[in-house]
Amino acid sequence: MKLNATRLVTALAVAVGFALPVCAAPVAFEVIDKTIPKSLTMEAGDPGRGKKALLNRKQGNCLACHSSSALKDQPFHGEVGPSLDGVSGRWKEAELRMILVDSKVVFEDTIMPSFYIADGYTRIAKKFMGKTILTAQQVEDILAYLNQLK
Amino acid sequence: MKKILMLAVATAIGLAIAASAKAEMKRVAIKPPNGHALSEIISGYEYRSKETKVLQDDDIQNPGFIWVEQGEELWSQTDGSAGKSCASCHDDATESMATVGTVYPKWDDKVGKPVSLEQRINTCRKDNMGAKPWKWESGPLLSMTTYVRHQSRGKPVNVSAEGPAASWAERGKKLYYQRVGQLDMACSSCHEDNYGNRIRADMLSQGQSNGFPTYRFKWQKIGSIHRRFKGCMKNIRATPYKVGSDEFVALELYLATRGVGLPVETPAVRN
Ligand code: HEC
Repeated sequence: MKLNATRLVTALAVAVGFALPVCAAPVAFEVIDKTIPKSLTMEAGDPGRGKKALLNRKQGNCLACHSSSALKDQPFHGEVGPSLDGVSGRWKEAELRMILVDSKVVFEDTIMPSFYIADGYTRIAKKFMGKTILTAQQVEDILAYLNQLK
Repeated sequence: MKKILMLAVATAIGLAIAASAKAEMKRVAIKPPNGHALSEIISGYEYRSKETKVLQDDDIQNPGFIWVEQGEELWSQTDGSAGKSCASCHDDATESMATVGTVYPKWDDKVGKPVSLEQRINTCRKDNMGAKPWKWESGPLLSMTTYVRHQSRGKPVNVSAEGPAASWAERGKKLYYQRVGQLDMACSSCHEDNYGNRIRADMLSQGQSNGFPTYRFKWQKIGSIHRRFKGCMKNIRATPYKVGSDEFVALELYLATRGVGLPVETPAVRN
């Protein structure tokens, strides 16, 4: 019941066009067989914004660990994870959403952070308590950008 | 305009360092003893650029020597109610401290815990000099720790995690493998599973402690291993333990066992 209410508020806020603060309690989502088929938000993902969130060192910071030839103009790429080239050919959108939301469901013991999980952490800094690294909309935006990396 | 130019220069230097690091892939590794967590033990030195290594190796250029020299001065300065200096009891540090830097953290029967070199120095100040302990990360404590450990430069790390220290090393090991913070990473995520891989511009090392206190460009000064622990924990969005805490001493002890045999490099120079 409570979750539904959160979801409604989120949907309303998005519909009215507020930028949701990162601290918003995460929206409820349904995991089916290690995938998340449904979008986390009402608004479609925007690849332009997604690219920005992916690069931002305080948000996705995906290039810390990954490389991408589409982002050759960016100075340093990471070597910790696989290249993101062609990633949307290897994974369906519902799988990629799962990887972004909670990487550990797909890759056990991975170093990759869970970008849309707010709790269950040890000694999390106060500032980040109860918060997710990315907002629901940022997850959808990054997904839209990854979809372009065929 | 000036800013842009500086940025361009900084980027160019950064790229040059990255390129030269790539060219030197041969890294000196030592063989660990049986049953060790690592299959090869490698100093952080091996992951740095040629320029950084040259800076560390040259005692005139190495910025860490400012603290070595300050420590040397403090060594024979009297302080406290007993009217003593370190030299009053320990005489010539080049002899009395020749291997001390290889064995810390070391078990201390009096307190019933392993203590770091910083803590041992402060125990002497309190108990033997009647002087006030120096604050962690203060200039004098950093200088003295650097000076004392520097006496062991080139000698292999030889820390003991036996006897009563064993349970502390075990505690440190738990902390080493414990995922923490919003990014949910353990020390091992980077320094065991990914050493030698680039994380953005930075090349991950094994996170060894043989060069501490270490001069870091990022700090523009020398710093303790506990300060480094704190920084890593903040980076992964965790609440760090306190410098000088039991947790950090336990972690420091365990970490030292991961680097047994590495030469002490104090003062090392790192990014
Ligand atoms: C701390 C390092 C790290 C960060 C930051 C990181 N990842 Fe990952 N990622 C990994 C690793 C390592 C893997 C490989 C899975 C494993 O652990 O076995 C991976 C796997 C993936 C995969 C599957 C790739 C494939 O080809 O199978 C995708 C997609 C992905 N990451 C996307 C992202 C995105 C998008 C971001 C930023 C929002 C991101 N990652 C941030 C480390 C990271």
